[in-house]
Amino acid sequence: MSNPLISARGLTKKFGDFTAVNGIDFDVYKGESFGFLGPNGAGKSTAMRIIGATSQRTSGTISILGKDPELHGPQIRAHLGVVPQQDNLDMQLSVAENLYIYGRYFGLSRKFVKGKVNELLAFAQLEEKRDAKVETLSGGMKRRLTIARALVSEPEILMLDEPTTGLDPQARHILWDRLFRLKEQGVTLLITTHFMDEAEQLCDRLIVMDKGSIMAEGSPASLIKNYATKEVLELRFGSDRNQEMGAKLRTMCERIEELPDRVLMYTEDGEALLEKIYSADLHPKTSLVRRSSLEDVFLRLTGRTLIE
Amino acid sequence: MSLTQIRQGSLVLVDAARVQSRGAFYVAQSRIRQMMTWIWLILGIAIANPILYLISVGIGLGGLIDKSVGPAGVDGVKYLTFLAPALLAQAAIQGTMDETVFPTIEGFKWHKTFYSMNATPLSGAQISYGVFLTALFRAFYTVVLYFGVMWAFGALESPRAWLAIPTAVFAGASFGALMQALAARLEDENIFFVVLGRFVMMPLFMFSGTFFPLTSMPFFLQWIGWISPLWHATELGRNLTYGHPISPTMMWVHFVFLGVMLVVGLYFSARIFTKRLAK
Repeated sequence: MSNPLISARGLTKKFGDFTAVNGIDFDVYKGESFGFLGPNGAGKSTAMRIIGATSQRTSGTISILGKDPELHGPQIRAHLGVVPQQDNLDMQLSVAENLYIYGRYFGLSRKFVKGKVNELLAFAQLEEKRDAKVETLSGGMKRRLTIARALVSEPEILMLDEPTTGLDPQARHILWDRLFRLKEQGVTLLITTHFMDEAEQLCDRLIVMDKGSIMAEGSPASLIKNYATKEVLELRFGSDRNQEMGAKLRTMCERIEELPDRVLMYTEDGEALLEKIYSADLHPKTSLVRRSSLEDVFLRLTGRTLIE
Repeated sequence: MSLTQIRQGSLVLVDAARVQSRGAFYVAQSRIRQMMTWIWLILGIAIANPILYLISVGIGLGGLIDKSVGPAGVDGVKYLTFLAPALLAQAAIQGTMDETVFPTIEGFKWHKTFYSMNATPLSGAQISYGVFLTALFRAFYTVVLYFGVMWAFGALESPRAWLAIPTAVFAGASFGALMQALAARLEDENIFFVVLGRFVMMPLFMFSGTFFPLTSMPFFLQWIGWISPLWHATELGRNLTYGHPISPTMMWVHFVFLGVMLVVGLYFSARIFTKRLAK
């Protein structure tokens, strides 16, 4: 493989006594879609701000496009498109103006930016809102505008911090579709998320983070293969009985997780296991066989669920 | 529905060196664009303010004062002429205040727009200078309008009175730079506004020789004037609009005071912007 676009070794960030990012190593290559998966407070956003060449690291090394962000912040930022967790749009300006002024911040010519604005409005499906003030937009529209804004300079790397948090399912799917298109054009994507479905949909490769450290790294499929079984049987016995039943079921499968609301049994064949359970005269209130997901990987690695 | 077929990419399109030399102007351009969304309100206030002040205090109160002091006048001139240069400088200070303090708090806290600017090649210092340049622009046209009203009221006696425009803007710049640095440090702005309004702006306005010569104040209160950019600019303005005498030494003192305040304010503002954004 060629040289990585981003390469971090022992990357650490402390705020006083609190260690937000604790000595992480990773490489991101051109054209790939790289994810940081972890719960809120795992250190994903902090890592993103360091990669974004705005926040300064406490220790470790990092190189982005071959440069050290501490020394060449503006030169690196010239090639990044940043979508922060919170939309920080200019509320008093119109949709088109927001895109226009942002293009100017990159020193792009007026002519180029004007053309680009039209293109981005179409991309973000905001053509009808061109002259509307940002204040009047819905959450999904604001998010699309923030993403469009990050694309005004045709960045080499697009960084998205929790791109679909707070959006309804339809708005999420529109966004995912847009991100796929960018990936097809060869844009390197960096995504943080605490949604496992988003990570599975969008990421070629990801790191699972918890409490500032990396717990595992790989493609969604390989992580699932390495840290979970093929299938999961979800059983509900009622919240007061889940624990008690869990103890009885433990010997029947490879691994079991007892959550407050349900019991998860990890197995290669969910249906067969369920039959065994019925024949053992145990009767769950509901049962569900599904494929393992990144959620199960996270549970295995940390003993906790992603969204608590 | 799709992006341009030919993607040039930022490596071709973006020249970081260009932003490094012009970044502050890009920021100012966008700030001015924002200002334009409520420009009529700003202009309305900028014109109504001097008219109301000069009528009520300059002519109304001034009529009483002129009658009681007789032909000697206040500092040798009509009260209106005496008062006007102080109000001119005050208008500049108020203009830069509004255009540095609010946008700074908005940029760091209310809308966090400085963080989105800083995600581009723009540096913290450039964002700080851009905000400041915009405030300077606002102070300039506010003062020009004020000056026009002063002229219409017959408050200008000297042919070089127009030079009071740059000195008033200078005072606004100095105070604005310092306020911008302060605002950039704020985490909780509510207390700041109360303290600033009641214990800084009000005393400065009242005790800077605005309504009466500083020397007519008790000696132990005169220091307020000395640390106030308003007083320094007022002295210069009075000299320029009607020939109020200033010794060459004091002339230097006024300029150096305002100059030092400006440089210190700009330096700390740029520094605090940079640090806060890099957290």
